[in-house]
This record gives sequence, structure tokens and C-alpha cells, in this order.
Amino acid sequence: MKRIFEYLKPSFGRMCLGLGIKFTGTIMDLFLPWILAYLIDDVVPQKDVPKIAFWGVIMVLCSLCGFLGNVIANRMASKVARDTSERIRHDLFARICHLSSRQIDELTIPTLESRLTSDTYNVHHMLGMMQRLGVRAPILLIGGIIVTAMLEPVLTLLLVATLPLIGITVWQVSRKGIPLYTKLQGAVDSMVRVVRENAQGIRIIKALSKTDYEKRRFDGVNREVVASEKKAGYTMAISNPLMNLFLNCGLTAVVLIGALRVNAGISEPGKIIAFLSYFTVISNAMISITRMFVMLSKGSASANRISDVLDVPYDLETADSRNAVQNRENMVEFNNVSFSYKGKKNNLENISFRIKRGGSLGIIGATGSGKSTLLQLMMRNYDCDSGEVLIEGKNVRTMDPDILHSKFGVVFQNDFLFADTIEENIKFARDLPHEAIVKAAQIAQAEPFIEALDDKYEHMLTSHGTNLSGGQRQRLLIARALAADPEILIFDDSSSALDYKTDAALRMAIKENFRGRLTTVTVAQRISSVMNSYCIIVLDGGRIIGMGTHEELLDSCDVYREINQSQMGGAVID
Amino acid sequence: MTNNKQQSNGSHIKLSVLKRLGSYLWRHKGLLFLAFLLMLASNLLALVAPALSGNAIDAIELGKGRVDFDKVIFYCVLMIVFYILSALFSYALSILMIHISQKITYTMRKEVFDHLLDLKVGYFDTNQTGNIVSHLSYDIDTVNASLSNDLLQICAGVVTVIGSFIMMLSISPVLILVFAVTLPISIGFTKYKSTKVRPLFKRRSAKLGELNGYAEEMLSGQKTIKAYRREERIIERFDRKNTDAVDAYYEADYQGCMIGPSVNFINNLSMSFISMFGAMLYLFGQITLGNVSSFIMYSRKFAGPINELANIMAELQSACAAAERIFELLDEEPEKLDSVDASELRDVEGQVDIEHVAFGYTHEKRIIHDMNLSVKPGNIIAIVGPTGAGKTTIINLLMRFYDPDSGTICLDENNIIEVTRKSLRAAYTMVLQDTWLFCGSIFDNISYGKEGATLEEVQKAAKAAKIHDYIESLPDGYDTILSDDGVNISKGQKQLITIARAMLADSSMLILDEATSNVDSRTEQQIQDVMYKLMEGRTCFVIAHRLSTIQNADLILVIKNGNIIEQGTHDSLLKTGGFYASLYNAQFDT
Repeated sequence: MKRIFEYLKPSFGRMCLGLGIKFTGTIMDLFLPWILAYLIDDVVPQKDVPKIAFWGVIMVLCSLCGFLGNVIANRMASKVARDTSERIRHDLFARICHLSSRQIDELTIPTLESRLTSDTYNVHHMLGMMQRLGVRAPILLIGGIIVTAMLEPVLTLLLVATLPLIGITVWQVSRKGIPLYTKLQGAVDSMVRVVRENAQGIRIIKALSKTDYEKRRFDGVNREVVASEKKAGYTMAISNPLMNLFLNCGLTAVVLIGALRVNAGISEPGKIIAFLSYFTVISNAMISITRMFVMLSKGSASANRISDVLDVPYDLETADSRNAVQNRENMVEFNNVSFSYKGKKNNLENISFRIKRGGSLGIIGATGSGKSTLLQLMMRNYDCDSGEVLIEGKNVRTMDPDILHSKFGVVFQNDFLFADTIEENIKFARDLPHEAIVKAAQIAQAEPFIEALDDKYEHMLTSHGTNLSGGQRQRLLIARALAADPEILIFDDSSSALDYKTDAALRMAIKENFRGRLTTVTVAQRISSVMNSYCIIVLDGGRIIGMGTHEELLDSCDVYREINQSQMGGAVID
Repeated sequence: MTNNKQQSNGSHIKLSVLKRLGSYLWRHKGLLFLAFLLMLASNLLALVAPALSGNAIDAIELGKGRVDFDKVIFYCVLMIVFYILSALFSYALSILMIHISQKITYTMRKEVFDHLLDLKVGYFDTNQTGNIVSHLSYDIDTVNASLSNDLLQICAGVVTVIGSFIMMLSISPVLILVFAVTLPISIGFTKYKSTKVRPLFKRRSAKLGELNGYAEEMLSGQKTIKAYRREERIIERFDRKNTDAVDAYYEADYQGCMIGPSVNFINNLSMSFISMFGAMLYLFGQITLGNVSSFIMYSRKFAGPINELANIMAELQSACAAAERIFELLDEEPEKLDSVDASELRDVEGQVDIEHVAFGYTHEKRIIHDMNLSVKPGNIIAIVGPTGAGKTTIINLLMRFYDPDSGTICLDENNIIEVTRKSLRAAYTMVLQDTWLFCGSIFDNISYGKEGATLEEVQKAAKAAKIHDYIESLPDGYDTILSDDGVNISKGQKQLITIARAMLADSSMLILDEATSNVDSRTEQQIQDVMYKLMEGRTCFVIAHRLSTIQNADLILVIKNGNIIEQGTHDSLLKTGGFYASLYNAQFDT
């Protein structure tokens, strides 16, 4: 929360001015009942009609001042809130972009997303409302009490006496209510789970004729949700009538005690009328303050979730390059690399291999065997726990991340395309001339389908490129990877969406255009995607269990042979 | 979610939707009537209170030493009684409304869910799970929050407005003229506000939606962004969207933040006029001081609901939009009921005859034109083809998830349209590629397909599926709860549990979606062994990926773009030299 308030600093001057105007505007609201009292008690007995009219006009003017003051102040507050949340959101997004992959794994993408969207929204809302209600409600409350104290100190005590009662009511009810809502949330979660399970398993459920059973199961959770919601609702419903009752009792007491005091000649009836007016003001202020607390607690929960991300320390610093450059001829080299995501089981163990410039490496293995992890280490999205990863003979830890990443062109599994033109999707916010885009599209075999579109490179994609076929998406991603003339091309399980003819044409085009400048690393589950590599690594459970060419591995590696046999059919048909 | 909100802002209240919503309320008409009475009582009591306090003040007004205490105390006691009663009624009312709205929520959810399960499976293929979930939670909640609150608020508002108007009229018809000035301002302002502000708020949620969409998109691609080091440029673009969003928020706020002060202003204006004219009237002896006091209090009450009206309308609009989405779901066409004279399939042997079947998911696009197939009991049919070619269509027809447009499918010489769905589906066991397990014990998951299965039967199936030893090794054995965050069991083990489920169900026919290698090679071998065991002696339709399965099949169906383009055995298809042969040969031709 503190962290968020720091963001208010640049707008501090404007905020103070706004709050000052707000203060003035709000005070006007307090004048009105006071003038009313004066009017009835002092002016009316004088029987002076022009004077009554004069004070009436003063009241109208006060109302107008209050109106203008509040509107101006609200608008200023709204501007402060806008600028502040713009800064917060910018910093948050920037910080998220610079989180290391390990940090992102820990925080997970869905929570980052909700922090960036709904939490910043909550904070924005809170910043605006706090500046408005935060000044207005306390002023009305305190000012109301002060003015009434000036009018009638004894009656004010009566009024003040009801406030703790209201406070206790709100506190007790919410103390009881919050656990009930937590429980309700749990019930809702299990209901959502049942719905999810049903939506996903509908074929099995229908096939096994279990729909009636599932309906009963849903009925159970449905009843539970309803019961919890009722209980929470019943508890929370007490607070409003009770608060009103306390205030109204105070009001009655004011009339009663007021009568005594008027009778004793210490007070006047006009004051009691004014008092009743202030009462409305004060009770409304009370309601605003309780609302503010709800908003503040919601907002501060969001603010804390945002600060948590902003405060994450920077990871993956670049180390000094003390170590001499080793063999430059090896484009990629792994020496005894071990790595674990969570620090328990090793996801990669003792991995060593090297690829020469212009060479090609194939990595094959089942899901979870460590193929993608190996790529992550190569690009230094993570640091290995032991051993070293070298690119052109330099330890990746010592390389400037910009230089390191500029060497790679990558095509990930289910990689991402965004809602923009084809050109922009290939360009990917880099400074590339149109010719480079076209060239890359040609090599990636994407040109025929792009040229067939009405608006060609200006064709708009939908989010995630859902308006393209799998193969077309794949080709765009390859074009993107090739567009900036990379030195290392990484395919993560990607050629699977290409039919064999396109695949062959692609390989040929790459060979022709890059002529030994490009080192390729292909990760796959299918042997057909890697069988032409100079070197193939077979991974199983994070270890290398076979290394060599296709023919060598057929000879030496049982698992490779097994995979080969089981896949020859599938690779063809699918 | 943002999308939903946008829609709801845009749409207007439809009468048909309101009518249908009304029918839900109507089912509880007795309780609603009671609620209405309570609301009336509570509001009338609250209305009478200012009059009482006015009377009390009149008794005070006489001044020093002349206060009529009998009267003051009488009215004060009445006030307290009225306030207590009013609080009680309003609490009772809240409880009653929560009760009613929860009853309706329960019914609605039940109806929607029950209907959902009766829908064709196609609905689930075309609607995202997240959407379905949001119908059942977010939409229904929105409708009910609004039904219970807004409806009551409108009624209460009407009562308050009319009530305070009558009270004011009875106090001083002249003073009411003040509202001849302020009411038009109030109404004019509300109108101005809604025309001016609504599009701005719509824009605000649209821009926020865009920002959320962009953030979601970029976050999902963060690995790629990192790989290309495009962070700074992406941040720049995000900033632009961010500025748009906060600006739209500001613009809406710029107009919107006038509302509070304006309402206040109009109230204050009324109060000023009333004070001024009230004082004058008092001067001429037209009105008592207590009357002025109660008039001011009534005037505040009178203005309240009118100012609230705009908010309530906005809420009602979003509730109607949510209701519309719910009703759309309820209006989705369910699976056709079994025909009245449908017979039960018994002791299925597994003879399948498909004759001249034509089918399309939509009428415009026919997928299967004229399919003919004859399968003998115990045959293995391999269905092959590229991903997305429509391999599951045949399964959909066999299990009657869909019915063919023309032609017949017979099982043991019974037309499957003439048998009950339940008995037809019971004839099949299905093992799909994405393992489906629910949150519950392993025992419940395995025995899912056979009601009342004993532990011995479950264990036998698990043994056959070679998963028994693993289950026994867990601390809670068969009672282990499978949940998202609970025991970490691997994909392969999940697959074996679903196979155990299939073993226990023990039907004479099998539908199998052969998994591609998504588990380690040893487990995969194990699964394959168990699968073959499961296939023994059953008529099997296999969506096949493995060459061995394909080669051993009695019949291969080659699917491309939704059509069965070839059928035959491995050898005969190779001999024909068609698509299958070209695919098969291609792999050796690198």
C-alpha cells in the first residue's frame, strides 16, 4: 500500500489543491443547515421579508459554491487518479516483461494477468474514490459534529454517543460475515469445478449414461452454495437496519432532550430543526465511511498484489566476462549441465554436447524428458545449477542479453501470434525493412498463401492467429524466426504442422539461403523431424541416453529404435 | 468477463426477457406478496416518522417553560416504536428477499445445468468451458442480485416518492411548488447525464477490454518476446493502450463525477427554497415550524429515489443482458428424446452395419456423403487421417451424439435410432486421448461406469490395467482423492486409471483414441499392452496412430477433410496406390 502511495508523489501539488477545493466545497454543505437555523430563530422573529429572501439567496449561492467546488475537485482528483494509475500500470507491465522465466513460473501467468488488469483497475478506482469520499466524508462527519457542538453542545453529545454503537455494529457484523464469505467462495469453487468437469468430460458422461448422476452431484453443490450464501446474506443484512435504528434512536433522543432544554430556555426550536438536518448529513457521512473501508480493504489487497510484483528482485544479472573465450568454432556447447526447476528433482542431468557453426542438432524424447528445458537454458531464460552453457565459446552468463538473444530465431510449440497484420506478426516490433519480411516469408514457404490473400501482408490476424490454419501459423512463425537473419534457429516441436512436402521445401530453402551460417536446433517427438540432423540427442528423464546420427542411433540406442518402430506409421498418417 | 460487461452495457431491456424473468418470480408469488407488504409497511413507517418529529417540534416550539411535555414524550415514544418496527420489517424483508432470490438462483442453476447435460455434445465442442462456467456463476448471480435488489428498490422508491409527495401535499400544497422548479432540473439533468455519460462508460469498458486483451495476449507470448528481446517495444505499445484506457476512464469520470455533487446541489437548492418560502409562510401564519422541519425531511426523501433511478436502470440493463444469455442457453436444442417405442439393446454381439449414411454438422456443409460399412463382431477398425480431418465424426454417429441426415446405422441388426440411447451407449466403452478424471477417490473414478461395483471388482479391473500396485502404494490406496492440487499422478497413470474404468464397464464394443507419445516410452509400452488386452474379443473402433495397430486392423478407414476417401486393409490400400499409399511411402522418401 505504501508503495502505491509513493506513486502519488508527482501529482502531490495538484492533489493538495484539489483536496483544498474539495474542502471548501464540502464546508458549504455544512453552512446550509446553519443558515436555516439562523433564518428560523433570528430572522423570522424580525418579520423582515427582504431579509429572509436575502438569506435564501445566500443559501442558493452556498449550494452553487458547493456544487462547483465539488465538481472541480472531483475532476482534479480524477486526473490525479488517471496519471497515477497510468504510471503504476506502466511500471507493473515493464517489471513483468523483465521478470525472469523462473520468476514467472513462480508467480504464474494467470495471476500476473489479473494483477495487471483487475488489480490495477481496483487501485485506479480506489485512488479516485478515496480523494473524493476520503475528504468529504470525514469533513462532513467532523465538521457536522463541530457545527452541532457550536449550536448545541449537549445535544451533540447524544449524537456522538450513537457513533461507537454504529462502529461496533459494523465491526461485529463484518467480523462474522467475512469468514462466511470465505466459506461461500469455497462452495462456489467446488460448484465451478463440477461444471468444468462436466463440460470437459461430457462425452464420457453421456457414453456411460451418467447424466442423472451428474445432475444429482451438481444439485448437491448447488444446495451448498445456496445455503452458504443465505447464511452470509442473513448475517450481513443485520447491519443496515441496525445502523439506521441507532441513528434514529439518537434522533428521537435529540428531540426529547431538546424539548427539555428549550423548556429551560437554554435552546431554541430552530436549532433542533437544524440539528435534525445535520443528523442526515452525519449519518450519510457514516455510511460513506463504512463504504470507504470496504473499498480501501479491497483496494489495498490489490495494491499489495501489485507491490509484490514490483518488489521482485531482478534476476539473471550479467556476470563479468573474466573467463577467456574458449572454442569459437563451437556455436553451442553444454558442459556437464544440470538443472532443476524447483530445486528438488533434476530436470536435466549432466548434459554435454557441442554443435559446430552451421551444424544441426535434433533432440528427441517424450514429454517431460527435458527437451524444452534444454532450449530454455541455451537462451538463458534460466541459469543452470551446475556446469556451463557456451555460445560461440562464451559463457551465456557473461553475455549481454540483447546480444545473446539477437543470435536466436525461435519457433516455439504453440507459439504466439497476435491481433495485427501479417507483416507486423513477422516483423514483431523489430526494425526490419519490408524486403526482409518478404524474403523470410519466401524461405518459410509462407509466400503462396500470403499472396493468395486479398490484402496480402496487410491481412489482419485474430488473436492467437485463429483465422489461419495450423500449417499457416507455423509458417508465419518460421518467417518471424528467420526475418532478422539469426545465427541459431530453434524449432520446438514445430515441423509437425507441416506436411512432408512443405517441410522438405523449407529445409531446402534454408540450406540455400543461409549456406552454413545458420545452426539449427530441432526439438521433436517425431523421429521424422530430426532424422536428417548431423547429430541427434535422445533424452529420457533429463539424461542423454543416446547421441549420434539416425543410423548410429538405430544401431546403438534401444529407446530410439523403439520410438522409431512405434512411430513410423503415425508419423506418416498424422 | 470484460466482454460480457461490454455486451450488457450495450443492450437494452427486452420485454420478452423481462416476461420470462417474471415467470421465475411468479413461482414465488406468495412470498413476493409478503415481501411487498413488508416493504410497504417498513417504508410507510419510515415516512410517518418525520411527521411525528414535526409534531414533537410543534410541541417544543411554544418556547421556554411552555413546552408541552406530554405531547413531546408521546410523539417520541411513537417515533421509537415506529423506528423499531421499521427496522424489524426491513430486516425481515431483507431475509425474505435473500430467501426468495436464493430459491430462484437455485432453480435457475439447476435448470441450466440439467439442460446443459441434455444438450448435444456439439455444444461443448463449440463453447469454451470458461463461458459455460460463467453462465452458471456470473450470469445467474447478476440476474439474481438485480432481481432481488432492484425490483424491491423500484417498489420502495415508488412508495417513498408517492408517500412523501402525499405527506408534503398534506403539510403545505404551496411549498410543493418549489419542486416545480427543482424537479424539472433533476429530470433534465438525469436525461442529460444518461445521454452524455452512457456512451462514455461504454467506451471506458471497451478500452479496458482492449487493454486486458492486449495484456493477456502479450503475457501468453512472454517467452517469445523475451527470446526476441522485444520487451521495450511491447512496453511502448502497452503504454499507448494504457493511456487510451486511463483517458477513457477519465473522460467518463469527468462527466460521471458531476453526478454526486449535482444531486446534492439539487437537494440543497430545494432545501434553500423550502427554507426561504417556508420561513415566509411561517411568518404569515400559514404553516407551523414543525411543518417546515418535516417538509424538509420529506423533500429529501422525495428526491432520493428519483436520483437513484438512473443507477437502477443501468443495473437492470446488465441483468437483462445476463438473463438473455441464460435463456439462450436454455433455448439450445437438446438431444432428441428416445422414441416412445424404443427398445433396450441386450447382449450385444458387436455387428455394425452402416448403410448409405450421409451427415453434416450443418445443413450447408455435408461431411459424409455416402458411407457404407459392415463390421463383424470382434473386428478392429482403424480410423486414420490427418489431425482435424473429422475422425471423431464417425464416433459421434456410432454413439448417437449426432444422428445421420439419411441412411441407417444398425447394431446387431437393430437400427440404433430405434433403441434407447442409454442401452446403445452402454454397449460401448470409450477411452479417449485426454484422460478425464474427476475430483473424487480413485475408487469412485474407476467404478464410475458401473454403479454399485464392489472393491474386489474395482481391484480386479485395476490389476488388469496394471495400475493396482501403484494405487496400493499410495497412503490412502483406493480412497486417495484425485484433485488438482492433491497427489501428483502422472499422465500415464491417469491413462491407466481410465483404462481400468473401461475394463470394469466391460462392454462388448470399444472406442479407442490411441494416444500419441505423450508419456515416457516405458509407460507407453505398458499402456499399449493393456490397450491390446482391452481390445481382445471386442469390436473396436480405433482412432489409430501406431503402425502396428493400423497394420493389424481388419479394416482401415482413411479420412481426409471429413470424407472417408478410402477403406480397406493395409495391404489392399497399398495395392490401390491411393492417398494412404502415398502417405505410407512418403516417409521412406526423404
